[in-house]
Amino acid sequence: MRPLQLIGRFVLSFLAATGQLVLFAASALGHCVRPPFYARSIGRQLIDIGYYSLPVVGLTAIFTGMVLALQSYTGFARFSAESAIATVVVVSITRELGPVLAGLMVAGRIGASMAAEIGTMRVTEQLDALTTLSTNPMKFLVAPRLIAGVLMLPALVLVADIIGIFGGYLVAVYKLGFNPATYLRNTIDALQTQDVVSGLVKASAFGFIITLMGCYQGYTSKGGAQGVGAATTNAVVSASILILCFDYILTELFFAR
Amino acid sequence: MIDTPPAKIRIRGLHKAFGRKQVLDGLDLDVGRGESVVVIGGSGTGKSVLLKCILGLLHADAGSIQIDGEDVTNLGANQREAVSRKFGMLFQGAALFDSLPVWENVTFGLLAQHKIMRREARDKAIDKLALVGLGADVADLFPAELSGGMQKRVALARAIATDPEIVFFDEPTTGLDPIMADVINNLIIKTTREVGATALSITHDMASARKIAHRIAMLYQGRIIWAGPVAEIDRSGDERVNQFIHGRAEGPIQMAVRA
Repeated sequence: MRPLQLIGRFVLSFLAATGQLVLFAASALGHCVRPPFYARSIGRQLIDIGYYSLPVVGLTAIFTGMVLALQSYTGFARFSAESAIATVVVVSITRELGPVLAGLMVAGRIGASMAAEIGTMRVTEQLDALTTLSTNPMKFLVAPRLIAGVLMLPALVLVADIIGIFGGYLVAVYKLGFNPATYLRNTIDALQTQDVVSGLVKASAFGFIITLMGCYQGYTSKGGAQGVGAATTNAVVSASILILCFDYILTELFFAR
Repeated sequence: MIDTPPAKIRIRGLHKAFGRKQVLDGLDLDVGRGESVVVIGGSGTGKSVLLKCILGLLHADAGSIQIDGEDVTNLGANQREAVSRKFGMLFQGAALFDSLPVWENVTFGLLAQHKIMRREARDKAIDKLALVGLGADVADLFPAELSGGMQKRVALARAIATDPEIVFFDEPTTGLDPIMADVINNLIIKTTREVGATALSITHDMASARKIAHRIAMLYQGRIIWAGPVAEIDRSGDERVNQFIHGRAEGPIQMAVRA
C-alpha cells in the first residue's frame, strides 16, 4: 500500500498545484485586459525587464555567436564545408539560442527578483495592505509584470539576434580569416523571416512564463525569509524548465511537417 | 448586553478552520457606531484571523458578518471593494510599501480611489503626517529609513488618510517601547474618537487596551468569552479573564509550553 499511497499523494498534489497555477494565470490574464491599468507600474517594469537586462542578454548573445562560429568551423573543416558557418550561426541564433538563452538569463534575473519582491510583500502583509487600500494586488503587481514581460522579451531577443550574429561575424572574419563581404552575403542569404519571427514569438511566450512563475511563486509564498527563499528558487527553476519544455512544443508547432 | 441597532459591525456565529485546527468557533461580536472595541486574547487564539475575515482577506467557513446592516460575508470582488472603502487598517508590522516614499504610502488609498490628483498628493500627505506628529521632512524618505515607531505612525497616517468609517488596529503597540506605545495609543484615540470613527483593535497589551477601548472583549478558544465596558473588566468574575489581564501563568488557561 505504502508506495501506491506515495504515488497517489504525489499525483494529487501535482494536479492541485497545476490547477492552482492555471487559475492564477487565468485571473492574471483577465486583469491584464480589464481596466484600470497602472501605467506607471507598467512603465517601471518595461524599463526593469527591457533596459536593465540588456547587458546580461547582450553578453550572453555575443559569446554564444562567437563560440558557434568557432565550433562549427572546427567541425565543418573536416568536410571542407566552412562556407556553411554563416548559415549555422544565423539559423541557430534566430531560431533557438537567441530566445532560449535570453529567456534563461532573464528568468534568473527577473523571475528571481519578482518572486523575492512579491514574496516579501506577502510575508510582510503588504499584499493585504494593498487590498485594504482599494487596490487589487493582481492588477497592481502581477498584470504590469506580465504585460512588460510579454512585450519586452521579443525586443531583447531581437537585440540578442543581432549581437549574436555579429559575434559570429567577428570570429569568422578576424580569427578564422573569412572574407567579410562573402560572410555578410552568406549571412543575409541565410536570414529567413520565418526563423526570426518564430524566435520572437517564442520570446513572447518565455516572457509570459518567466513573469508568471515569478509572480505566482512570490504571491503564494509563505513562512518568512525561508519561504521567500524557496519561492525565489522555485520561480527560477520552474521558469527555466517550462522555457525548455515550451521551446520544444513551439518548435514542433512552427517547423514540424 | 442589548444590541443597539444598527450596529456598525455585527458578527454572528463566525467559524473559520485551517485544516483540522478550528480557530474561530461560533464567534459573536457587535461594535456600535463610533465605539472603540478592543479584542484581547493570547497569541494564536485567532485575533488576526477575526480581523482578516472582516476585511475580506480570509473567507469565513460559516456565520455572518454585517457592516451597517449589510451582509458582507460572501461578496463579489466589486461589492467587496465598495465595502473596503469604509475600512482603514493599521497592520502589526506597519506593512508600508518599501518601494514607495512615505508621501506616496500615505496617499496610496486616496490616489487609488481617485479622491485626489497626483500633483496634490504630496501636500495632502504632509497634512496627514502632521496629524500623527510627523514633519514634512519625513515625506520624501523611504520606509526603510524610519524607526519602528515612525513606521507605525506613517502606517497610522495611511490607515486614516481616506477618512474611513471603521479603522482596524492589529497589535498597534507591539514591538514599541512603553513611551512610544503610549504615543501611538494617544494618536489612535485622537484620530478615531475625535472624528467619530468606529475602531476595532486586537492586542494583548492590557495597558493599551484599557486606554483605547470603550469596550473590551476577550477571545478564547474561538469564542468571545466575556465582553463589557473597560471599567468592568476588573470585576468580570471570570477566572480566565482575570488570569489574562493579570498575566499569570497559572490558571484555567493552560499554555502548551511543556517541552
